[in-house]
Amino acid sequence: MADEIKNAAEEEETTVATETAVADPVAEESVQEAPAAAAETPAQGEVVMSEEERKAAEKAEKQRQKEELKRLKEEARAKALYVDKSYDPVEYDPQYILMVNNLKKYFPIKDGVFARTVGYVRAVDGVTFNLKRGTTMGLVGESGCGKTTTGRVILRLSGEKTAGQVLFNGEEVYDKTPAEMRALRTKMQIVFQDPFSSLSPRLPVGEIIGEAVREHKLVPKEEYNDYIDDIMDKCGLQPFHKYRYPHEFSGGQRQRICIARALALNPEFVVCDEPVSALDVSIQAQIINLLKELQEHFKLTYLFISHDLSVVEHISDSVGVMYLGNLVEYGTTEEIFSNPLHPYTKALFSAIPVPDPTVKMNRIILEGSIPSPANPPEGCKFHTRCPYATEECKHVAPCQREIEPGHYVVCHLYNK
Amino acid sequence: MAHKDNGYLSAKESRRISRENKKVTDKLEKQYRRKNVPEDEFLTKLDNPDNALEVRDLHTYFFTDMGVVKSVDGISFDVPIGKTVGIVGESGCGKSVTSLSIMQLLQRPQGQIVSGEIRLNTGDKVYDIAKINAQTVQKLRGRYMSMIFQEPMTSLNPVFRIGDQVDEVLQLHFPGVPLDQIKARTIELLNMAGIANAEGVYRMFPHELSGGMRQRVMIAIALACSPRLIIADEPTTALDVTIQAQILDLLRNLKDKINSSIMLITHDLGVIAEMADYVVVMYSGRIVEQGTAEEIFAHPAHPYTIGLMASKPVVGKKIDKLYSIPGKVPNPVNMPDYCYFRDRCEMKLDRCNGEYPCEINISPTHKVSCYRFYDKKEGE
Ligand SMILES: Nc1ncnc2c1ncn2[C@@H]1O[C@H](COP(=O)(O)OP(=O)(O)O)[C@@H](O)[C@H]1O
Ligand SMILES: Nc1ncnc2c1ncn2[C@@H]1O[C@H](COP(=O)(O)OP(=O)(O)O)[C@@H](O)[C@H]1O
Ligand code: SF4
Ligand SMILES: [Mg+2]
Ligand SMILES: [Mg+2]
Repeated sequence: MADEIKNAAEEEETTVATETAVADPVAEESVQEAPAAAAETPAQGEVVMSEEERKAAEKAEKQRQKEELKRLKEEARAKALYVDKSYDPVEYDPQYILMVNNLKKYFPIKDGVFARTVGYVRAVDGVTFNLKRGTTMGLVGESGCGKTTTGRVILRLSGEKTAGQVLFNGEEVYDKTPAEMRALRTKMQIVFQDPFSSLSPRLPVGEIIGEAVREHKLVPKEEYNDYIDDIMDKCGLQPFHKYRYPHEFSGGQRQRICIARALALNPEFVVCDEPVSALDVSIQAQIINLLKELQEHFKLTYLFISHDLSVVEHISDSVGVMYLGNLVEYGTTEEIFSNPLHPYTKALFSAIPVPDPTVKMNRIILEGSIPSPANPPEGCKFHTRCPYATEECKHVAPCQREIEPGHYVVCHLYNK
Repeated sequence: MAHKDNGYLSAKESRRISRENKKVTDKLEKQYRRKNVPEDEFLTKLDNPDNALEVRDLHTYFFTDMGVVKSVDGISFDVPIGKTVGIVGESGCGKSVTSLSIMQLLQRPQGQIVSGEIRLNTGDKVYDIAKINAQTVQKLRGRYMSMIFQEPMTSLNPVFRIGDQVDEVLQLHFPGVPLDQIKARTIELLNMAGIANAEGVYRMFPHELSGGMRQRVMIAIALACSPRLIIADEPTTALDVTIQAQILDLLRNLKDKINSSIMLITHDLGVIAEMADYVVVMYSGRIVEQGTAEEIFAHPAHPYTIGLMASKPVVGKKIDKLYSIPGKVPNPVNMPDYCYFRDRCEMKLDRCNGEYPCEINISPTHKVSCYRFYDKKEGE
């Protein structure tokens, strides 16, 4: 598992390296400048220059242009990485296992045969939050808002970040060497939404769960079998399941296998990316209960990603609401659910159907659909659908404000 | 049929099963493929003229090489005119097979309605869809009943423009109407389905639209002929909550506008509570409980309904641990001969070992199939 993740990470890193071809605006400028410069030179040397001298000068000029172009391309290449340092670094506070500061991740959009970068998908565009040790933070939002990318970027599974800080136990995850990163991988794990595609069909379950444990030599050889049995038991799997293959299991059981695989490495922090979304209601309940039990037992910290607000309310201590790559609001679960402030949070919460026919919801129906993260609106990204949008919202991006202790909102309405 | 517990069949046994299957399905297929049958043969009567649809003791089986899968095994319910009936249950309980049976869109030849009645009220006539032939049902489908699927892309043709696809449905059911009138009606329908730029969308291809917009197009197509019955099979499951809210709002308003009935299938109790007047709870191919939405949500009676409601967290109601129904659903090829829920039931009584419990009325509208209510019936 760890290996798989490492490979995936490496793969993506190499793509990042190749994709930084040319940042075009700059390159194009240089091309436009060049003919003007070329026209000047012959004009100056008109009188004295012999034929040969002129040729030599032209050659030199061409050489100079070439070098200039190269320099500009290199500059552009550096810019293409889009490293943005415009944030204030945070100080480590030991009560937080994870501190995320102004995290950004842009994916380049490629076009044509030369795979030129024509723009960026701003999948995560400035996310800031702190996560207390042993608690669960829920991350909610509609599909495509960047929840999965946030989880993956925190775990450094998506190549380089574009900007910001990820401090895990006070140390920047992106400053780790490959060897350090491998060790860190056992501390940070992920459970995916789709229990069907995330398990190798050719390995028996015991091997799936234990592979990385052996690789990292987490337990002595003689204790290995007991260790795996114990983990499987805690995750509600029987010892004889070890010899079976994933296709012989139901969706709920496969999710248990995924959880066992993640927990076998004895992590401190687990990103659960929609772990119950593909499951039936009664199976969902089993997995949610299991995750809660395991959290207590192993003192785990979760980042729980889901679009199901009732599940998030049930399992989380704090909640973050994302819209188009931004964390628009975050705070304790009680605060967020009893006193939602951001207009998007309000609309999102009012859209949840309540299983009680006597309750008539006062629904805020949002017009239109979510804009593309490749071309997000200026100013506040929500202004195109916000019922309270003002002229300011259309042009100026709001910043994160602490309204109540621990309750943060990104909205001009609360910018006093 | 002799089944070993491990569920594996020998090649010989499998061959024998498929031979037997072929005999049954061939006969049923022949019935269905008959041509030029007088319509009277398919006409029937309703128990109550206020119903748009009456389903009576419907059995729909799949004749597979693993054996006969009894996907729908004797269900009866009504859809009153102008009302919404919600059908809930977990995946595999037969919700989609029920709706496909009503539309006669089952995967043939292995999927077959083997017995029961499906009475569709078209206003002046009542058809029995269960016995109908292909020729006749084609005229009813789209005109008097239509269906909205979970994934609109499966029913939209990717290579035709949106407008042409809506036009086609109208042309089929209103032959002879000039094209410009059809086109005007299509634009009107797209507008009605809440598509702001209807003329633009008319010329677009399905892949150019978002999921929510495609579902609006599907709704426009489904409502094109103002059908009496709209079957919506998980219409919002693939959509985000804010888009779901838009779509549900739209469905509700349009239904009232054309005074038709909705059969809404979903696994989301919240959606049911919001939309449905009546609720049908299915488990393993049978209806375990049905009643008005108030009855089902305020006084759930069947242990499965109670369990289902307790397993889903509700916003604003804090609980420590969710209830989880133990065990798993029975194997559909080899159903038990007692209550299908008994092996998972935490309220079971001694008498639950008997045959499958019959439907008990605990109020004029509230029915439940469970031994725990046998005394109540006697009392009433
Ligand atoms: N590897 C990638 N390359 C390009 N774009 C991506 C990649 N991963 C995600 N995206 C884009 O980033 C946005 C956010 O995606 P994601 O984080 O998966 O959202 P969520 O999990 O909230 O549904 C989407 O628009 C998606 O298309
Ligand atoms: N084409 C088919 N062939 C064989 N079995 C089928 C077929 N379609 C559905 N079934 C079976 O019928 C049962 C009910 O399925 P379905 O109605 O799709 O459930 P749901 O309630 O999730 O919509 C399931 O056990 C399924 O395996
Ligand atoms: S009949 Fe018995 S076993 Fe079946 S649901 Fe009712 S109480 Fe439970
Ligand atoms: Mg995701
Ligand atoms: Mg279905």
